[in-house]
Formats: sequence, C-alpha cells, structure tokens
Amino acid sequence: MSEFLSRSESYLPFLLQGLWLTVLVTLLALCLATNIGLLWALFRTSSVNLLVVPTRFFVEFVRGIPLLVLLFYIYFVAPEIGVNLTAFQSGVLGLALAHSCYLSETFRAGIEAIDKGQIEAARSIGMRRPLMMRRVVLPQAFRIVLPPYGNNIILLLKDSSLVSVISVTDLTMQGKMLASSTFDNMTVFTLVAFLYLCLTIPLNLLMRRLETTMGVGG
Amino acid sequence: MIVFNNVHKSFGTIEVLKGIDAEIRKGEVGCLIGPSGSGKSTLLRCVNGLESYQRGSISIDGTVVDATSRDIHSICARVTMVFQRFNLFPHRTALENVMEGPLYVLKENRKEVCERAMELLDRVGLAEKMHAFPGSLSGGQQQRVAIARALAMRPEAILFDEPTSALDPEMVGEVLQVMRALAGEHMTMLIVTHEIQFAREVADQVLFLDGGKIVERGSAQEVLRDPKHGRTQDFLKRVMHPA
Ligand SMILES: Nc1ncnc2c1ncn2[C@@H]1O[C@H](COP(=O)(O)OP(=O)(O)OP(=O)(O)O)[C@@H](O)[C@H]1O
Ligand SMILES: [Mg+2]
Repeated sequence: MSEFLSRSESYLPFLLQGLWLTVLVTLLALCLATNIGLLWALFRTSSVNLLVVPTRFFVEFVRGIPLLVLLFYIYFVAPEIGVNLTAFQSGVLGLALAHSCYLSETFRAGIEAIDKGQIEAARSIGMRRPLMMRRVVLPQAFRIVLPPYGNNIILLLKDSSLVSVISVTDLTMQGKMLASSTFDNMTVFTLVAFLYLCLTIPLNLLMRRLETTMGVGG
Repeated sequence: MIVFNNVHKSFGTIEVLKGIDAEIRKGEVGCLIGPSGSGKSTLLRCVNGLESYQRGSISIDGTVVDATSRDIHSICARVTMVFQRFNLFPHRTALENVMEGPLYVLKENRKEVCERAMELLDRVGLAEKMHAFPGSLSGGQQQRVAIARALAMRPEAILFDEPTSALDPEMVGEVLQVMRALAGEHMTMLIVTHEIQFAREVADQVLFLDGGKIVERGSAQEVLRDPKHGRTQDFLKRVMHPA
C-alpha cells in the first residue's frame, strides 16, 4: 500500500497535467455543444421547413456516426480539404459537434414539453417567437432539461477520453504514456480511473442538488 | 370595432365555422353562447390570430386579422385573451406576469409598468399577492391575475374563453365581479360563457352559436329570456337546469 502511495505521488503531477487538459477540452466542448445544440433545437422546433429538415438530417447523421470515427474524420480528413486543425482543436470540435446533436434532442424534448397554453398566452400578449422563446419557453424548458443535461455533461466528460487517440495529451493519454514507460499498469490506470471519478462524482452530486432546488419554486 | 364578415373556418375537411357575420361595437359586451363543439373557442381564437380562417374576414377597427401575416403580433397586442385555464407564466410572480407584456412587447418604461401593474392587481383585489407565484394562488386568483395581465396591454378589446369554467363554484363569483366592473367601464369584450345569469346582466348583445352558425342573436332580453329559436330554447333549458 505504501508502495502504491509513493509511486502514485511520483505519477500524479504528470497525470494532473492530463487532467487539466481533460477539464479544458470538456469545458470548451460543453460550451460549444450547448450553444450549437440549442440552435439545432430552435431550428427543429421552428415552423420553417427550410430549417427543420436540414437540421433533422444533420442531427440524425452525426448521431449515427461513432464519436471515434467523427474525431478521425475531422483530424485526418479536414487537412486534405485544406482545413488544418491541431489535435486539440479537432478534439474539441468533434466532441462539440457530436454532443450538440445529442443535446439538441434533449433540448427539443424540453421545448416541446411546454404546455401549448403558455405559447398561446405569450402570443395573445403580442409576443413574437424569439421573445416568447427567451421569456416564456426556454426558462421553463430549462428546469425540465436540467437533469438530462447534467447526465450529458458527465457523458461528455467521459467521451473526452477519446481525444487521446488523436494524440491530445488528456488524462487518458497521459495515463497510457505513463503506463507504457513504467509498465506499472495497475497503479497508473487505477489513478486515472480515480481522477475521472473525482470529476464525475461531484458533478453528479451537484446536478442532483440543483435538480431538487430547481424542481420546486415557481 | 370587431367585425366578422362571412367567416369560414375548417380543420382539414371539417367545417367548424360556416359563415359568421357579426359586429361587436366599441364599448360593447358580446356574449357568445352555444353547445360544446359549436365553434365558440375557434371563433374567438380567429379574432386574435391563434387560428387562421379560410374565407371571409375579421377586422378590428378596420384592420383585417390575418394569422399568416407578419403583422399578426401587433393585432394580438391590441386584442388580448383570457383563457379557460388561465395560462399564467408559472415561473414568474403575479406582478411579473402582469408586467411581461408592457415591458417586453410594448417596451415601456419599467418603473411606470411596475406602478401600473400594481394598480391593476389592486383593482382585481390581489395587491397583497403580487409577489406570489401562480402555483400558490387559487384558480380564482390566477384568473384575476390573468385578467390584469390582459388589461396591462391596454387592449382595445378583451376576449374571454369560458373564463370561469375551470373554477371551483365558490371562485366563480370573484372573477365575474371583476368582469362586471370592466363591463361597467365599457371595456369592449367578447365573452364565451355558460354563465347565463351573468350574460343577462352584462351582455349588450348575445350570440347563440350552433353547428358553426349564429342561430340567434339580439339583446340579452331577446335571446336569453325570450328565445325564438327551438335550438336556443333547448340549449338554455339544458344549461339552466342540468339534468
Ligand atoms: N385544432 C383542431 N383540430 C381539429 N379540430 C378542431 C381543432 N380545434 C377544434 N376542433 C374542432 O372544431 C369544433 C369546434 O371546436 P371549439 O373548440 O371551437 O368548440 P367550442 O364551442 O369552444 O366547444 P366547448 O364548449 O367544448 O369549448 C369541434 O368539433 C372540435 O373538435
Ligand atoms: Mg371552447
């Protein structure tokens, strides 16, 4: 045990570097995915067919591709058409794109769950759709969507480990490199798993807290 | 003020309104009565663009209501609606519900809007509930907030779709009281209601709708006390003395 601890101590700085990158990739991708996902959801629930149909196709398309393949595609194919992205950029973009599509379904469900009477009430005081969305629909949808959104954040965090295969030095990648140089798979991957749990468990608890405080009120 | 000219409306192949002609003059209270499914709500919803109609025209002070026009929102703001199920915004307080329209649609000054909203809540007897959320209000209180919300837009007319039908009997009175006061101030109103007694008191004009047509119309006296038409007589018998 003490051996485990002393080895851990020497591995930890290296792994923490990776952890930091994992957090960064996750946060950036989450931010992008949330905004883009909301946009998809707004398109999908609009009454403009020119927005509804292409969005639907795009979302279904991306959802049907394994994330790993999407990452390969962005990282290896984009340069061939003249778009040069670093591994980090490709990773964030791929994660964001995939998760924007997962999130858009969550957001859409939230928007569609709002009582039609709310929309009629908003219209009957003269609200146009953007204002209605901002003041009436989204604030209410937000409460509905919060639990699945929280779940999505955790999934995104875990999915972020895939960026290691396109050589982003995130937590997983650092672990892999450390393990192959020390052959100490046991200690290294135990630590890696532990560090992921250090992120996911508090996130889970936080979400549950928010859920209960947001669920009531209003 | 509100003029219906040969209005036809279908849902798919089902014709719901079959040529409605009517006029509600400024300051007048029109009561729309009729059996379930006769098209009362549909007619009302066509007035402020919640539904579109296929033929004929509805105009408000000369402006034709066209649900497909880009301008429909400004019509909605001129003629507001009070719903059977209140439809208050549950995530906002009573005061915020009332302020929402003037503040964000009419873009009026916040301080003035707030003052006016408080006055309106006071007028409907809910001054002390202004910071309450709809979820903590009774049905009657919610409906009175909804009326204040409709009034806050300074509408030219208000449409009521069975405003008391979702209420427990003991709360009907407080809502009718507010509406009675509005009638007294000559607010133009078009009210779908099953409260025949109330219609008798306030209506300048009663329209009896059946099967998508106005079967009988006239003063409250004419239609409600002394109906000519067999169908009106039957309907009144049924709502006045439910089996
Ligand atoms: N969105 C819709 N799609 C299809 N049919 C509809 C729709 N809304 C109403 N209808 C039909 O139109 C007819 C008239 O409905 P409407 O709601 O206007 O009646 P109403 O007089 O208000 O009845 P109630 O007293 O029950 O409220 C009914 O037969 C109804 O089934
Ligand atoms: Mg109705």
